[in-house]
Amino acid sequence: MKDKSLVRRITGHRLFMPLVCLAIVLLANLLRQPDFFKITVKDGTLYGYVIDVINRGSELVILAVGMTLVVSSSAGTDISVGAIMAVAAAICCFILSGGQVSVNEYANPYVLGVVIALVLGAICGAWNGFLVAKLRIQPMVATLILFTAGRGIAQLITNGQITYIRVPEYKVLGGSISGLPLPVPFFVSLAVVILAYILLKRTSLGLYIEAVGINPKASRLVGIKSSLIIFLTYAFCGLCAGIAGLVASSRIYSADANNVGLNMELDAILAVALGGNSLGGGKFFLMGSVIGAYTIQALTTTLYAMGVSADQIPVYKAIVVVIIVSLQSEELRKWFKKKFATKKVVESEVA
Amino acid sequence: MNKKKGRKSILEGTGFLLMITIALFIVMYVIGCLLFADKGFAKPQVFINLLISNAGLIVIAAGMTVIMITGGIDISVGSVVAVVCMMLAWMMERKDVGAIPATLIVLGFGLVFGLFQGFLVSYLKIQPFIVTLAGMFFARGLTAMISQDMISIKNEMFLSWAKYKIVIPLFGRVNRRGEVMYPYIYPSVVIAFLVLVIIFLMLKYTKFGRSLYAVGGNEQSALMMGLNVRRTKLYAYVLNGLLASLGGFLFCLNTCAGFVEQAKGLEMDAISSAVIGGTLLTGGVGNVFGSLFGVLIKGTIETFITFQGTLSSWWVRIAIAALLAFFIILQSIFASLKEKRK
Repeated sequence: MKDKSLVRRITGHRLFMPLVCLAIVLLANLLRQPDFFKITVKDGTLYGYVIDVINRGSELVILAVGMTLVVSSSAGTDISVGAIMAVAAAICCFILSGGQVSVNEYANPYVLGVVIALVLGAICGAWNGFLVAKLRIQPMVATLILFTAGRGIAQLITNGQITYIRVPEYKVLGGSISGLPLPVPFFVSLAVVILAYILLKRTSLGLYIEAVGINPKASRLVGIKSSLIIFLTYAFCGLCAGIAGLVASSRIYSADANNVGLNMELDAILAVALGGNSLGGGKFFLMGSVIGAYTIQALTTTLYAMGVSADQIPVYKAIVVVIIVSLQSEELRKWFKKKFATKKVVESEVA
Repeated sequence: MNKKKGRKSILEGTGFLLMITIALFIVMYVIGCLLFADKGFAKPQVFINLLISNAGLIVIAAGMTVIMITGGIDISVGSVVAVVCMMLAWMMERKDVGAIPATLIVLGFGLVFGLFQGFLVSYLKIQPFIVTLAGMFFARGLTAMISQDMISIKNEMFLSWAKYKIVIPLFGRVNRRGEVMYPYIYPSVVIAFLVLVIIFLMLKYTKFGRSLYAVGGNEQSALMMGLNVRRTKLYAYVLNGLLASLGGFLFCLNTCAGFVEQAKGLEMDAISSAVIGGTLLTGGVGNVFGSLFGVLIKGTIETFITFQGTLSSWWVRIAIAALLAFFIILQSIFASLKEKRK
């Protein structure tokens, strides 16, 4: 009996499913390419597929943190994060280049560009939050506005060109510093996760968000300002998208309005779903989303390593999404339970 | 005559939205005629070109309206158009399939695609947005899997469908050489309008059409009235899948090619057309003719930008997003007014 309960406790743990998914992806890699886990050291920095996953997954982790809160509080998803990334990258590069197409030194202080980009990201998020929380528009439709217009705005900022910032320091945020064992984006994502964790767990904010997600009306009646909480989660999600946009832009030391954060919204939603969070809102598990994000990045890296082209990757991801959300579906569970229950009855009758 | 008061008051807000839309379209068109009078904006052919270049979108917006009436949404349509065009091009050019079987195959594909999405939405109760987001990525990826390069269609039969001019013996104009030029349309416009009328009649007079409104208006009540909510939703998605592939076919008649980036963002145009045309995002209210005007407004903005010449194409997207925001906010104001009146 005790044994069973231990197994139950492990399988019932909220991080069990996300970790299993990650393990499956990694195991598949281990069987296919044994050198997947090989890590080499160059200039005190680690290199290898696994490090690459950790590195490339950083933006996704940052987005997933914001997306988790949005999903939890409003039972909806923010599909504009990819476009907000592009906007943030565009404004940062625009300020740093002073409107030039390609510059070799900053036209304005670096901090100014970063701060304005983050503020703009938060403003974009706040606009979404205003539509969802105040005007009560379905989250998906409200964020659809920026999803469409975002890249257009980014194009407008960069004047339709790709703005290059050819300054070595600009690449630091998305690159690596010699002496640091892991790339910088990892530390950025770590900082975001820790900050969010402290904000949510050390204050009652996390509890409020869950309460609003489970029942906004009841939360309002017990004195939580539901609309303010929802608004804040969207603004925070926009801020996260802004940070992710800066990292992505730093990687390519430019602002490419068409390609920064392309298709990232699906990955972020997928990360949240993979992390064991219900897309119907309510309780959330931040760590689950983080693991989900790395799982997806591992999947992407694996597909690239297998020689699947970037255009075709969405097919596999879409299949994974459908499987995951189907498994989460209450209806399917009920159906399985029914099947299982009748089987049990039949068995007991036979006995 | 026998309109009940209660029904009228519900229609008030949305009818008003539709009127705003139609007025907006007329005002925009008149402004265009005045601004670009020297470039011939007022020519009947310019207006007809609006219909020709948007025939596919009209059909897709009609499907989207049906989905949105049930309270759902489908953002996979743009990708479905891309995959349909690619399949048509690939089958006809690489596999020597005739134009008719190829068309039937893609319509079948749309049907199956809609069936699958509808099953996930109605029977597994997954949010329509998530399902169709997956569908969007799946279809786009599938397009890339078929071919990464652009395939142009050279099938004679297909091209003859695409280029068959139907001359309208009205509004003739004398050109410089003294010949009388009549405006012409392509078969795609005829198909689009046929679909529009069929969907309009279906929504208004058939049992299925009425149950779509009932399900979208209040699922619980519809269920208690004895309607099969799940099946109604499933059929709505199947119909939408079919219309999306038909729209893709019409789209292909215009472009005569298939490529990966085709029709990107078309889902957005379809949704915004429906919203601008007075379809409520919350379901239960909508009209395909409203969506037609939504499409026409989008087409007019595009024509503006082509005639203007110096503005870049992303202004279309920004203008549409701004219009969409405007109409969504209007809807939300109407909704809150209605709540207060209660």
